[in-house]
Amino acid sequence: MTDMSNTEPTAPPHSQWYDVWHQFKAHKGAMLGAIVFIVIILGVFIGPWLWPFDASYIDIRSRNQGPSWSHPFGTDQLGRDTLARMMAGGQTSIAVGLTAMMLALGLGSLVGISAGYFKRLDGPLMRLTDLFLALPVLPLLLVMMMLFREPLSSAVGPERGIFILIVVAIGITSWMPTARIVRGDVLALKEREFVLAARSIGTSNKNMITRHILPNVLSPIMVSATLGIANAIITESALSFLGLGFPPDFPTWGRLLNDATQYLQEYPERVFWPGLAISLTVLSVNYLGDGLRDALDPRIRGR
Amino acid sequence: MLTFTIRRLILSIPTLLFISLIIFLLLELAPGDPMAQVPLTVPPEVKEKMRQALGLGEPMHIRYWKWLVQFFWIEPQVLFDHYFGTAFSEGKLRVISWQHRSPVMDVVVERLPQTLWVVGLSYIVGILIALPIGIYSAYKQYSIFDQAGTFITMIGYSIPPFFTGPLIIVLFSVQLGWFPFIYDTTHEVTDWDSFVYQLRQMIMPVMVLAMQTTAQISRYMRASMLDNLNQDYVRTARAKGLSEKVVVLVHVLRNSMIPVVTVIALGLPAIFGGAIITEQVFSVNGIGGQLIGAIQANDLPTVQTLTFMFAILIVFFNLIADVLYGILDPRIRYD
Repeated sequence: MTDMSNTEPTAPPHSQWYDVWHQFKAHKGAMLGAIVFIVIILGVFIGPWLWPFDASYIDIRSRNQGPSWSHPFGTDQLGRDTLARMMAGGQTSIAVGLTAMMLALGLGSLVGISAGYFKRLDGPLMRLTDLFLALPVLPLLLVMMMLFREPLSSAVGPERGIFILIVVAIGITSWMPTARIVRGDVLALKEREFVLAARSIGTSNKNMITRHILPNVLSPIMVSATLGIANAIITESALSFLGLGFPPDFPTWGRLLNDATQYLQEYPERVFWPGLAISLTVLSVNYLGDGLRDALDPRIRGR
Repeated sequence: MLTFTIRRLILSIPTLLFISLIIFLLLELAPGDPMAQVPLTVPPEVKEKMRQALGLGEPMHIRYWKWLVQFFWIEPQVLFDHYFGTAFSEGKLRVISWQHRSPVMDVVVERLPQTLWVVGLSYIVGILIALPIGIYSAYKQYSIFDQAGTFITMIGYSIPPFFTGPLIIVLFSVQLGWFPFIYDTTHEVTDWDSFVYQLRQMIMPVMVLAMQTTAQISRYMRASMLDNLNQDYVRTARAKGLSEKVVVLVHVLRNSMIPVVTVIALGLPAIFGGAIITEQVFSVNGIGGQLIGAIQANDLPTVQTLTFMFAILIVFFNLIADVLYGILDPRIRYD
């Protein structure tokens, strides 16, 4: 028997996530995207604590002002501070984006893993996915907003009702790509030796999925998470822009953009800030997703 | 190939039926009442009659069936009559809009040309810009052109049309005054000047929609070209002494176009969806505008018909993409 006591590795082994982080750092666009996204989130959620003006504070004497030191982004037609409204709107937009993404991801992973793992469910679930992919998403979202906004608003209050409605509507119309990708990966994983080994020692289906399958499909799920945030933010803004999102007094980036287009001829600069915020958030999240995809792909990693 | 096409065509019928059922059931839950506008002085029995006249009194499955018959049987007959002067649809009940009190399809036919012009032109323009960008940036991978092209397409991908729209209105209409602010749908092209006016008012909406198309398609084109440029057959073609132009533009391009063509076919319905927003921004009086108007006026037959027409577009272009893929790529055999 050989001596096992002094075979310790000289350098500490680094985990898979260390490699991923190392590769991610090398992708400049992704790093920049991550930083910008974190700055936007921090600014939107911490900013209102530091900024003296409230988003709904009306100061009719200082309405329609341009940029100044007290109002860096100017004020709107009721004298409300645009920066404060941008921050309040960003909270809603990003909250909608994150929640809708999580719902879509949860649904997509559930469908994808069930379809990939259980052979009997594969056919029906994938037909369902195909059907959902054939639905006209934007018209259906508009119809859903029209039909359910009144009942939900009266049931749980206007803002929360619309929030739930938008999140659920976006969630159930955008889970399909995740489900397809996850199913493909699960199908490939099922043929691997470690799954066979795990099965040979009598692992139950539940443990097999939570311990062996799920950790291994985490990387495609994370990539679709970033794309999901971008998609949800754009969809919410589009609905608000079309006047079928949140109620008029409730700021979101899309709503602010919609309000600003009504004053396009007099105050064209007002369109700029909410549009920039939406675009910058989506751009940074997209770059983040690009970097994540490269970092999580073991074939590209290490180049 | 033919059997595959026929099988796909038959398969798309249950899909469409299912989608129409979803749309119908969704609208069935609508809390809005078309009689809400009727004054309170109208007696209840008259109201009930008006409800019957709108086809509302019957049970759900009968109304669903009636709507299916109207959409798939009577409306095509009307179209046939219109072209051949026959009278198949005489006296039959068509899908009536609650808002206009006239058949939904008449309004659609009135409005479709505007949408088709703007959407179709923007798609063609977008593809024409996207393909050269994609080809060149793949050929010169990591060059300055490629970096700039990737960055610009990423921006085009991320900026929503409801921001680019107002932005270019501000720039070109308000500041520079080059193009008209609002799309004039009543404008008719009669001579050269009116043609120029039509062109000028179409430039901005087409530009906004084309930007989205360009961003998506040039990304696909670049990726597809990159996949092919490292293949063995490219080396063989160069080794044979073919000129670089022939190698890239004939051998590589033809093979790279296979996935791109399907993406182009698949993307067309999405562009119609995007046109809803763009039409709203530029006040184009197309079917997107009609849908928004119908939703705001609680005009359920119009909403139902239009949403279903979007679904037909998606199913149809999915079919076209599948068939095209089989025709273009000899490695794909469905049978």
